[in-house]
Amino acid sequence: MRDTEHSGLGTASCIQLTATSEPEGGRASLRRARSSTGTTMHAFKDSGHLFRLAAVFVAGILVFLVLRGFLVPKSFGQYGHYRGNAMAEIAARPVNFAGHETCETCHADVLDKKKDGKHAHVNCEACHGPLAKHADDPASVQPPKLDTAVLCVRCHEANAAKPKTFPQVASADHSTGLPCDTCHQPHSPVIGGGAK
Amino acid sequence: MPGVEGFMYPNEIELQWSVLIVLYPFLTGLVAGAFILASLERVFRVQAVKPTYRLALLTALSFLLVAPLPLQLHLGHPERSFEMYLTPHRTSAMAMFGFVYVWYLMAVLVLEIWLDYRRDIVVLSESTTGWRRWIYRMMTLGSHNLSERALAIDERVGYLITVIGIPSAFLLHGYVGFIFGSVKANPWWSTPLMPVVFIFSAMVSGIAAVMVLYMLMTWSRGRSIDMRCVDTVARYLFYTFIIDFSLEMLDLIHRIYESDESFRSLDFMVHTKLYLSHIVVQIVLGTVTPIALLGLTQVVKLTEMARKRIYALAGCLTLIGIFAMRWNVVIGGQLFSKSFLGYTTYKMGLVTREGLLVAIVLTVLPLVILWVLVKLLPPWTERNSGLLPDARAAH
Ligand code: HEC
Ligand code: HEC
Ligand code: HEC
Ligand code: HEC
Repeated sequence: MRDTEHSGLGTASCIQLTATSEPEGGRASLRRARSSTGTTMHAFKDSGHLFRLAAVFVAGILVFLVLRGFLVPKSFGQYGHYRGNAMAEIAARPVNFAGHETCETCHADVLDKKKDGKHAHVNCEACHGPLAKHADDPASVQPPKLDTAVLCVRCHEANAAKPKTFPQVASADHSTGLPCDTCHQPHSPVIGGGAK
Repeated sequence: MPGVEGFMYPNEIELQWSVLIVLYPFLTGLVAGAFILASLERVFRVQAVKPTYRLALLTALSFLLVAPLPLQLHLGHPERSFEMYLTPHRTSAMAMFGFVYVWYLMAVLVLEIWLDYRRDIVVLSESTTGWRRWIYRMMTLGSHNLSERALAIDERVGYLITVIGIPSAFLLHGYVGFIFGSVKANPWWSTPLMPVVFIFSAMVSGIAAVMVLYMLMTWSRGRSIDMRCVDTVARYLFYTFIIDFSLEMLDLIHRIYESDESFRSLDFMVHTKLYLSHIVVQIVLGTVTPIALLGLTQVVKLTEMARKRIYALAGCLTLIGIFAMRWNVVIGGQLFSKSFLGYTTYKMGLVTREGLLVAIVLTVLPLVILWVLVKLLPPWTERNSGLLPDARAAH
């Protein structure tokens, strides 16, 4: 456990020696004592505790390096500062959005209504949500009904940070809680008139 | 919208950096400041402050251990913080903090404390019993060598570490200032003076904290306060405070003179939303008053009792002032819109993850750690104190 040569009596006498020189002259007397005795051999032995400490540090760094070897994914850094395999994993995930062209192949009637209206450039799934499952199998997967009182304000609620040209309403005044589709037709929202 | 005046961009209405981010530079500042006070004794050989040397080191350690906790709580997912060591991101100042922190903790503070306490640890490992003995034994690393030469080597190496430690302490806190100073989109933060101001305010807060802690602890142990020591510490506090204050005024004058496009907005903020915390608490109460009090002790000959009271008062005010400074930097920088047309309000939670309660716990926690450390490694230089009667009272 401990250095044999410095145990017991040896330690005690050293303590006495240093205790006498406390507190002011401590350092000076130590230095004097140092210059008067000893060889490099001793210097090596007397810094033994420092080597032990260094060993603890080296061990810590080694443990860290080993851990790092285990924890950092192999493909890290392949393309950049991230896990290379993440690309393939993300690509392999199921597709949630079908895209509006897919919807339009079956719902041509909606497209006819929508394409001349103000929502012509708003994609189907921006309002209906991701519906790839429905597009694959329309019979068994029914799209959920939309609540326009919640849906429309997501884009149209008045906010000073939105561009002035974007149509906005303060829904509390404008619709007084009524669902927007009591007056507006969602696929062609402009009420009346040729503009649609 | 309540609490919002004028025009705010939607992402500015709610503050992202909470009171915990205020606490974080405050805690790291105390670490850096306490360490610099300790190095005064060591490197510049200011013997008078010696009674605070070890206490300052232990204070630095206990605050450093708590310093990352506000960040962990703010970000969530503490387990992920280890990843910044595994895959270091060299171009992110925030990501490099992990290394600054570990360097400062392991290579500077722990090492210096260990070397300085090694003799005590060895003696304690022989004089104590039970679990204490095991702790001390572990800390000796199995080497009980207390020969003069060994101690002289410790002294040398300790000195070297302190010399390395001073720039490290500057790095630690300069880094925190850098994080704010380098946010170019925020005119309240973006100034190259920021790291410098942070370093000096850190020194001010650290010195004040150690001074107050020293007086408090000595008093609670029923000992007499070493007035030569406290006088010297207070004098250094006074000097650094003057430098710190001058730097902050320099920054202010520079802003006023430059009067860039953000100035009217910031000026308005300082006179309204930040009036209490900036003008009243930070500048009047937390800076001018303690400087005046400390200045008084330098000019007028006062009794010991009066000096003690003034130091205690000035120290506490200083800490409040520096905390207010962190508050005004962190919170103030988020109260105004980058359009310079609006202002929001900070609503602090109470028992939320980043609320007041957590902030209080995180402020008290370092003191608890310090209490444990002081029990374990008594910092007192007087004889007959702590757990070392057999060693120190030998003569
Ligand atoms: C393969 C053809 C097909 C595709 C592709 C398709 N659907 Fe459908 N969709 C249908 C059929 C058929 C129904 C009627 C099902 C029923 O009534 O049981 C339907 C029903 C709906 C309904 C509900 C109608 C109601 O009355 O409640 C919505 C909404 C809808 N589809 C939206 C979409 C969207 C959005 C897309 C694009 C992501 C899409 N559909 C793609 C065939 C398709
Ligand atoms: C602006 C939002 C919005 C857009 C964009 C949109 N819808 Fe709709 N859609 C609605 C709402 C609201 C309803 C009525 C509520 C419901 O049935 O869920 C609806 C109803 C439907 C219906 C059922 C009955 C009907 O009215 O025909 C179908 C089918 C449908 N949408 C398909 C589509 C398709 C296909 C597209 C893309 C070409 C599309 N929608 C784009 C909001 C939208
Ligand atoms: C995903 C965002 C989005 C949602 C959801 C949405 N809209 Fe729109 N809306 C738009 C866009 C984009 C325009 C076109 C703006 C333009 O032409 O500049 C528009 C235009 C309109 C207009 C035409 C305004 C005008 O006179 O120019 C009306 C009315 C309207 N929407 C009503 C609705 C209603 C009712 C709903 C809910 C069923 C709704 N919108 C949901 C994005 C949205
Ligand atoms: C009581 C019927 C009614 C209801 C309910 C209603 N609107 Fe309207 N809305 C109108 C009328 C009428 C107009 C003006 C005619 C037009 O521009 O089409 C209008 C216009 C708009 C416009 C265009 C404003 C502009 O500045 O060009 C938007 C956007 C709009 N409504 C969104 C909504 C939204 C979102 C809701 C649901 C919260 C809603 N409306 C509910 C009747 C209604």
